[in-house]
Amino acid sequence: MKKTGAQILCESLIKEGVEVIFGIPGGAVLPLYDTLPQYPQLRHILVRHEQGAAYAADGYARATHKAGVCLATSGPGATNLVTGIANAYMDSSPIIGITGQVARPFIGQDAFQEIDMTGITLPITKHNYLVTDTGELARIVKEAFYIAQTGRPGPVLIDIPKDVQQEEAEFVYPEKVALPGYKIFSQGHSIQVKRAARLINEAEKPVILAGRGVIISQAYDELKELAEKAQIPIVSTLLGIGSFPENHILNFGMLGIHGTAYANLAVQNADLLIAIGMRFDDRATANTSGFAPLAHIIHIDIDPAEIGKNVPVDTPIVGDVKNVLQAMNKEIERRDHLDWLSQLDQWRYEHPSLEIEENDKLLPQYVIRQIYEATQGDAIVVTGIGQNQMWAAQHFVYTKPDSFISSGGLGSMGFELPGAIGAKVGCPEKMVWCIAGDGGFQMTIQELATITQENLAVKIAIINNGYLGMIRQWQELFYKHRYVAAKLWNPDFVKIAEAYDIPGTRVKHREEVISAIQKAIDYPGPFLIDFVVEPEENVYPIVPPGESLSKTLEIPKPAIVDRY
Amino acid sequence: MSDTKHTLVALVEDKPGVLTRVASLFRRRGFNIQSLAVGHSEQPGLSRMTVVVNGDSTEVEQVRKQLDKLINVIRVSDITGEDIVARELALIKVKATASTRSEIIQIVDIFRATIVDVSSDSVTVEVTGDEDKVESLIKLLGGFGIKEVTKTGRVALTRGNTPLKLIKNKERRNTYG
Repeated sequence: MKKTGAQILCESLIKEGVEVIFGIPGGAVLPLYDTLPQYPQLRHILVRHEQGAAYAADGYARATHKAGVCLATSGPGATNLVTGIANAYMDSSPIIGITGQVARPFIGQDAFQEIDMTGITLPITKHNYLVTDTGELARIVKEAFYIAQTGRPGPVLIDIPKDVQQEEAEFVYPEKVALPGYKIFSQGHSIQVKRAARLINEAEKPVILAGRGVIISQAYDELKELAEKAQIPIVSTLLGIGSFPENHILNFGMLGIHGTAYANLAVQNADLLIAIGMRFDDRATANTSGFAPLAHIIHIDIDPAEIGKNVPVDTPIVGDVKNVLQAMNKEIERRDHLDWLSQLDQWRYEHPSLEIEENDKLLPQYVIRQIYEATQGDAIVVTGIGQNQMWAAQHFVYTKPDSFISSGGLGSMGFELPGAIGAKVGCPEKMVWCIAGDGGFQMTIQELATITQENLAVKIAIINNGYLGMIRQWQELFYKHRYVAAKLWNPDFVKIAEAYDIPGTRVKHREEVISAIQKAIDYPGPFLIDFVVEPEENVYPIVPPGESLSKTLEIPKPAIVDRY
Repeated sequence: MSDTKHTLVALVEDKPGVLTRVASLFRRRGFNIQSLAVGHSEQPGLSRMTVVVNGDSTEVEQVRKQLDKLINVIRVSDITGEDIVARELALIKVKATASTRSEIIQIVDIFRATIVDVSSDSVTVEVTGDEDKVESLIKLLGGFGIKEVTKTGRVALTRGNTPLKLIKNKERRNTYG
């Protein structure tokens, strides 16, 4: 049956199980928007800036494990998506970007709102398409969803000229994809798996380093089985938070430049490091030349190009984490590692990295901890970037899968609010907390309108210290207190919320924290709390730039930890 | 691990933008291409690309794996250590007068090159061979004055019975690790 390109797109999206599209209309997607009402099963959420659409699609994808879809017009609409697409690319999040393009006869003429979107997104997509033949649209959509969601996930962009949306073509949705150049290595090589299992069985000081790959692969049970069977302590990367319950006795928190001292000590003293679904990002490894100096490194990842990219690896296993761990767990022997675990507990006791100071000040760490206490961890936390992100990562206890969503690789301020919108749309039954910084919040503040228009009960906590806090911290510690462009004049966030028809309150004192959080939780809709926190509080521990994980600076008396 | 010249051969889909994807990848990852040659292969819809890159083997393996991740790249191999046939073609326009022309022709004959164009003040020489041969000829002809040179860059195939072909997914083995 013949259908227009716009109809073909909508029907293909429905075939792929899409329920929500985040977008903004514009000239080059008007035929598509005109068609949308024919498909009421596609819920369109009107955002206020296309960057918000891409972040929301990303937040949706991370919360639901389904591809998120964002839609923008050609030219400025398309370029506004770019940061969000890059964010999804860096964190391996499956989003489908759909952009309008000028009609085919105008392509290459610098027509009104024409931009080479496939050219621009070449390095930040897993793959992208410019649709030049309406008859190929269905196949392209099928391929796009397949590529985005399989293997190492990532964003795929489809650029659709306006006349393709209007032109009719025969619509048959393909059953299969034919992509001879697309390789997925889902099963680990059995010899490597056996070798790794033997190394694990023989190790005296093993450490598991869990990354986002565990979450993408939903290998929570397999990871737990491995850790418990062989009694191996687990540390996680920032994006690996939520892969393993943080209240588990084998959990030693996050490693890295803001990792706990004991997580970093564990890695630096381990004789075997089992890195699972992570890519040795520099924020996790610090200076790689001094990273895990005593360890044999096993690296499990689905992307062969990650093996040996940043850190030399001794035993690589390319495969899907879930499959690899299932195979490996069969070979794992029960161990207790009593000496090693008691050593780690000793370090945890000696270096209480996450202890919150008892005083009258309104400390950001205390705010985060109280949000945890109030929710008992039963919430999705979506963070901004910088200090608020690190405190949210450190002081909330993540006990459930998919409960922490954050922009890791790109570190993109402004992700928090649209990301939380996406998570809430994807998981309406869950409580969603947006932990924002006062700086980043203003980068996508316009999405408060989206929240109100769609009545999304997102709870917003602004960690307001009146600074670009991480910048201020770095200028304090590494630029001799020279604060440049770090101080922020801020609007009255409670009044801003009120203007968007969102109730809110300001908290200036420690004793008001618990009741304000409870008020936000009890309110049956979106709610904003402006926490005016201690302005010059720093994130600790911190590994100074250029140093290895062995040089972890701690609060309150900065002491050098150098034990191995 | 010292820097050496590596030859990568890739079988790629013959689609618009594929060359851009490959070139963009090299630039983005900070890899230097010494030469890149591309043309149709024996299989319809597929082109064969020969890329020469400088780097240590870890770097080049990273290039190979990143290339292999591109959806339009069917397969890519580093054939450096293998038994290969590698050639490039150069066209060299040399200044020539009535008195020097015969000497140029002699040199051209020794190199089994050919003269493909003659004008009143120049001859254009076509030479095919490995890079060393091409370079030596250019050096020799340099004495007469070179007006223009263009080269194709290296194209290469493995010798004998090991064609780099489209392998069906089900036959593909996970060879990593």
